Amino acid sequence: MTSMTLAKALNESLRHSLESDPKVLMMGEDVGKLGGVFRITDGLQKDFGEERVIDTPLAESGIVGTAIGLALRGYRPVVEIQFDGFVFPAYDQIVTQLAKMHARALGKIKLPVVVRIPYGGGIGAVEHHSESPETLFAHVAGLKVVSPATPSDGYWMLQQAIECDDPVIFFEPKRRYWDKGEVDTAAVPAPLHRANVAREGRDLTLAAYGPMVKVCLEVAKAAEEDGRSLEVLDLRSMSPIDFDGIQASVEKTRRLVVVHEAPVFLGTGAEIAARITERCFYHLEAPVLRVGGFHAPYPPARVEEEYLPGLDRVLDAVDRALAF
Amino acid sequence: MTPTAPPHHLPLAEPADRYRAMRLVRGFEEQALDLVREGVIAGGIHPYIGQEAVAVGVCAALRDGDLITSTHRGHGHVLAKGASPHRMLAELAGRVTGLNRGRGGSMHAADFSLGILGANGIVGAGAPIAAGAAWAEARAGRDTVVTAFFGDGALNQGVLLETFNLAAIWRLPVLFVCENNGYATTLPAAGAVAGGAVERARAFGIPAQTVDGMDCEAVLAAAAGAVERARAGDGPSFLECRTYRFEGHHTMERRLKLGYRTAEEVAGWRERDPLPRAAAALDPGEADRIDAGIGQLLADARTFALASPAPDISGACDYLYADGLRPRAGVTL
Ligand SMILES: Cc1ncc(C[n+]2csc(CCOP(=O)(O)OP(=O)(O)O)c2C)c(N)n1
Ligand SMILES: [Mg+2]
Repeated sequence: MTSMTLAKALNESLRHSLESDPKVLMMGEDVGKLGGVFRITDGLQKDFGEERVIDTPLAESGIVGTAIGLALRGYRPVVEIQFDGFVFPAYDQIVTQLAKMHARALGKIKLPVVVRIPYGGGIGAVEHHSESPETLFAHVAGLKVVSPATPSDGYWMLQQAIECDDPVIFFEPKRRYWDKGEVDTAAVPAPLHRANVAREGRDLTLAAYGPMVKVCLEVAKAAEEDGRSLEVLDLRSMSPIDFDGIQASVEKTRRLVVVHEAPVFLGTGAEIAARITERCFYHLEAPVLRVGGFHAPYPPARVEEEYLPGLDRVLDAVDRALAF
Repeated sequence: MTPTAPPHHLPLAEPADRYRAMRLVRGFEEQALDLVREGVIAGGIHPYIGQEAVAVGVCAALRDGDLITSTHRGHGHVLAKGASPHRMLAELAGRVTGLNRGRGGSMHAADFSLGILGANGIVGAGAPIAAGAAWAEARAGRDTVVTAFFGDGALNQGVLLETFNLAAIWRLPVLFVCENNGYATTLPAAGAVAGGAVERARAFGIPAQTVDGMDCEAVLAAAAGAVERARAGDGPSFLECRTYRFEGHHTMERRLKLGYRTAEEVAGWRERDPLPRAAAALDPGEADRIDAGIGQLLADARTFALASPAPDISGACDYLYADGLRPRAGVTL
């Protein structure tokens, strides 16, 4: 066990992948000499060379497009998108090409491309630097979409994503980059797409992923002082979603609140609410509630705390669900 | 009973081979137009008729193991690179015997076993993929050449310019083939491509030339030089092939009567049809013999496609994930 930040855990994870598989490449803007604007690839070019940790021109579509070509000829490229909002020039390549080629080739080719995207708000940045576009990818068949919430998951899930033969969109909660946690580099990790019970409880399930897991744990702590026992489920994967894991928790607690930074409208929570209502109708004591961002452009930094779901908004939803 | 396609091989070494290949593409497209009219091919096609000299001339400069990426107007490229016309036609008709089991259709036909990385519904999107594949080949120490076909319209997609840059700075073994047929849908290239096609490539330090895309032998000669350069590790080249599509942009156009080009203009280009030109260089009677053989081949292909079953809906979510995951069939629970 070592204590490290999420940023360091991701860096160690990439280092390990580069060491263990010569087909793994890193590509992106400023990932080499600088080590990435968030320093997730720090030191990797120095140790693995410019041929494997590649500083590319400012050309997202070209970067992802070439990564696809490399992947279908045997490489495992890991692409860094500098900020969430800059993935859109590459969205075309990801949605129309990357997601569909495996099917096009009737399963005969593999597309082991990882697209790493620092996402979410809370760092005082602006539109295009604080967004949570995960649903736009989860909606597309052929892609897998995951997000770690802890350094340990950062370390393991990134390696699992790189080892995965399918394209994985890997969302990194940028405001948690500097949070520390224990990482056991000798552990046997849980499957990539399985939800994890981050805290056990009896009265209500809070389901979240990425940056909101920490918020939900704080909510659970606050609720405990009021004598309420909340279970916190770290979903970890937005596509596929571990509905069995959610169902098991909801059959126990009978109440569910889903929390994410992305807009509530047509968000991950909407899909979960629908599915859990279908699966657990007779277990539910209250409708599935959702807490998330507004269906609006990400606001200026000054008011982002209003936009982001925090303790108050989540607690309010918890109260409503329990009072139902 | 699902029929099996006969073995297929398309030599391109001799002028007569190239004439035969052009006749195959032309005949295939004419038959496909019929099948669109008959309702057998749903959704229509972008016919390649008129541009045959480009696909055949370029593919004649390639060898087995070389790769191509293609476009929405891709039938010519796919056939010239050696795909089975039987399975290609079945693909257009949405049959299980198609190159992609009828799941790709006209704009997404692919045969990775022949180095055909796919026709492509997104204008310009094949180019960076070609560059990436070329990069991988070069890194592996192989002397594979990857050709990216695209139209004049793609010249205005940002990704194409990005790819020029990447291919140039990384000296990738790519042949960029721009089929300038004068129009992107209805938009004349003349007013849409600032600075000109070859000038754009040259701005990236990529050797570029314009060639008569109605002359298969001229295309071959230019492509052969570019391929040799790429194979020697000297980086990408760009060919602008001046050509013309005799039919509309898409089969829908027949009904739309767009009138963006004059009858005189179309007739003028038809005078320059690459097929009679190639036939004239052959021994007397040879072209007729070839035409008859292709006629028979395409009749067989039609019979084959029509006799093939359509895919079963139960497989609609197949092939989505390498690990066999089938998460979202149309019905929940
Ligand atoms: C990114 C994108 N934008 C728009 C379209 C719609 N579209 C299909 S073909 C076409 C014109 C393409 O022109 P060109 O590249 O010259 O090829 P041509 O049709 O002449 O062969 C357009 C606009 C598309 N397929 N992809
Ligand atoms: Mg055109």
